[in-house]
Amino acid sequence: MQPRIKFLLGGAVVLGAAGVLMVGSIKDTAVYFLTPAELQAKVVADPGIRETGVKIGARVVHGSVERDSSGKRVVFDVTDGKATYKVDYRGLIPDTFSDSVDVVVEGRLGADGVFHATTLLAKCASRYEAAPKGYKPEMRAAYKAAGQAAPASTPSAAPTAPAAKPPE
Amino acid sequence: MILVGELPLWIALLMCAWSVTLSYAGGAMRRADLIASGERGLYAGFGFIVLASAGLWTALITSDFSLRYVASFTSANLPFVYRISAFWGGQAGSMLFWCLILAGYSALATWTNRRSVRELMPWVTGTSALVLLFFVATTALASNPFERLEWVPADGRGLNPQLQNPAMAIHPPMLYLGYVATAIPFAFAIAALVTRRLDAEWLGAVRRWALVSWVFLTLGIVLGMWWAYVELGWGGYWMWDPVENASLLPWLTGTAFLHSIMIQEKRGMLRKWNVTLVVATFMLSVLGTFITRSGVIQSVHSFAQSAVGNWFAAFMILALAATVWLVSVRLKDLESQAQLEAMISREAAFLYNNLVLVGIAFSVLWGTLFPIISEAVRGSKITVGESFFNSVNVPLGLLLLALTGIGPLIAWRRASVGNIQRQFAAPAALGLITGAALFVLGIHKLYPLMTWTLSAFVTGTILQEFHKGVGARRKMYGENPVVALGRLVARNRRRYGGYVVHAGIVMLFAAFAGMAFKLEYDITLADGESYSAKDPYGRQWTFTNEGLSEFKALNREVTAIALRPTIDGKALPLITSEKRQHFDSRGNPTFQPSTEVGILVRNDMDVYVVLAGVVRNKAEIRVNFNPLVVWVWHGGVIMALGGLIVMWPQSEKRRKQGGYVAALAPAAEVATA
Repeated sequence: MQPRIKFLLGGAVVLGAAGVLMVGSIKDTAVYFLTPAELQAKVVADPGIRETGVKIGARVVHGSVERDSSGKRVVFDVTDGKATYKVDYRGLIPDTFSDSVDVVVEGRLGADGVFHATTLLAKCASRYEAAPKGYKPEMRAAYKAAGQAAPASTPSAAPTAPAAKPPE
Repeated sequence: MILVGELPLWIALLMCAWSVTLSYAGGAMRRADLIASGERGLYAGFGFIVLASAGLWTALITSDFSLRYVASFTSANLPFVYRISAFWGGQAGSMLFWCLILAGYSALATWTNRRSVRELMPWVTGTSALVLLFFVATTALASNPFERLEWVPADGRGLNPQLQNPAMAIHPPMLYLGYVATAIPFAFAIAALVTRRLDAEWLGAVRRWALVSWVFLTLGIVLGMWWAYVELGWGGYWMWDPVENASLLPWLTGTAFLHSIMIQEKRGMLRKWNVTLVVATFMLSVLGTFITRSGVIQSVHSFAQSAVGNWFAAFMILALAATVWLVSVRLKDLESQAQLEAMISREAAFLYNNLVLVGIAFSVLWGTLFPIISEAVRGSKITVGESFFNSVNVPLGLLLLALTGIGPLIAWRRASVGNIQRQFAAPAALGLITGAALFVLGIHKLYPLMTWTLSAFVTGTILQEFHKGVGARRKMYGENPVVALGRLVARNRRRYGGYVVHAGIVMLFAAFAGMAFKLEYDITLADGESYSAKDPYGRQWTFTNEGLSEFKALNREVTAIALRPTIDGKALPLITSEKRQHFDSRGNPTFQPSTEVGILVRNDMDVYVVLAGVVRNKAEIRVNFNPLVVWVWHGGVIMALGGLIVMWPQSEKRRKQGGYVAALAPAAEVATA
């Protein structure tokens, strides 16, 4: 047999094994990534979804955060503007988590309608700027304190109206 | 002041357009005057971008809050160092930073190669100016750091506390220096395709730039791991997050290229493949920036969607289409000059090395883009977890580790039984003995056991090489061992620098395997209470809460805990972990509270302490025992050092005398005998 053919056969074995591993582990670790509205639709269509873990990407509703002082539990609402779920997360709270940030939570929707999360990823809004015309709501307080008028052209990027930009 | 920054940006844009047009026209018409003008256009573009950057830096340092960018990422009480690093703390500044580096690299590549590879240069200059044109245009039009606010705030928002970390001040520049350097090999590849000079000539210039990129990417990735480890507080350094993956992808294909380039130099094989790798590495760098900047994929290191995404998507599609077309019309020129002769040969080992590296890159890319792919195909977003990446990449990684030992020692063309026995008997024995010893000591997990067995094998091959080389010099020149070692490395930089890189890789792999044994404890302690826990080595630890404290520092309020650890009864230095609340210059709280992790670094493992919170004067603490972590950082530094040794300039004559080429001859002779 030609070495070239041998090499290609060997290569096919390596890549084939990698492919099998990839397909197998996608089956094992794949998790639906939904917005609250999509989750609502899914629950109606297939109540079994409550048993399987899902991820939700949404924005924390302003003022809904109740932190436990242990730093290991937090309850808050998430929304995409169409549907809202209460999330009960137990675990270390990442530093990036705060009011009205975008979060990704992974867990199960309980029979009580509360989403019990085991992982919480928060995107820190400040590290990379939001859409360029966006206006940081937190700045408003600072300007008021400084005796300056907040900008007149305040777009409706307030945290209560996240529908304008549904998270992925 | 703003005008000093913004105006040059627009002039730079014009200069790039000029340089692209004139260089390409000069190359096509073979007119030296046009080519020279194109080069000057690029130098001028670089100069104006430097001016624009100086403008932004001035605004950051002098706290000119009329700029949105300055107001968004700095505050009046921000330490000086972080004002400098705020340049790349946000998107618009990062884009300008990209432009600055790319302009510098392009000007340098044009300047250093303008005489040596004259035929290619107009196309190299033109192509790098074209890439630069894209980035400058994106910066100026879609993400301008000189955008003004309609009012001037009294103070800025300040830099995110998580970015107020020395590693974070230098990690992004390192990564960018690595990402951007892949543009130069890309420009050379395009030039070589256009001019049909696809022999080894263009590879000479490309190799050095590929190495520059590789060294910076390595440093950038390891610094990023370190930052995630000390700053994010979840107890690990790698979680297969899209942004982490994005930095790994060009590193993988770049590493593959640095290996396969040797086969083209020696044997004239793999010419199509090398062009493909160069282009893929550049595309993955742009994709990396795109992923970090566009928000198409959810990531912890995230960002909202921005207009920049579309620009990047368009750029990638155009560049890819142009390259595919160029390669397809040049297929004849890319024919291989030799065939693979035997499976047991260095060529085959290198080919498998490439296959595995690209296989890993593919699986990482697939896993990273899976949410997008599944949404396109099945209509719903599906993500894959950490275990996807681990279950695919750990076996592939082990194969790669084995090849790290085999590749450099096996003979070119066709290895004989004698070659194999002579080169591998001792290292293989070392590996097997190590594996057996670890098994007896109670390590029964398959992957870590295999990793450490292979690590010992590869270490054996490296030591054997150094031993042989030093021995030969001592015999030939009567040098003492230290001098012999120094000269050996200095005279054969590519070869022995490569071994140093391999030693670093082995260290990394061995350290990664340690994390398979990590342990985690959640503890609640009042003042004076203690908790005992067993570490992965079976030793008994106790942690005593020596007291919570609250105090004010520079720009923050701190709650801290001091833990007194003891190991088997012996007291060790205190570990402290803090919760910090940052304030702006007028005392208003900024950002959410941030955590300072306390880490007791030891050679055998790290003790990693996180203060989660305080409930009724009891501290909630998480303690991790993370085995062998410190070797990840050592390994990273050694890899970068090895890369520097390989890169260090050496005169052509010396290289031929001492080195790489000559050393191969005996092995090949043996192989054919």
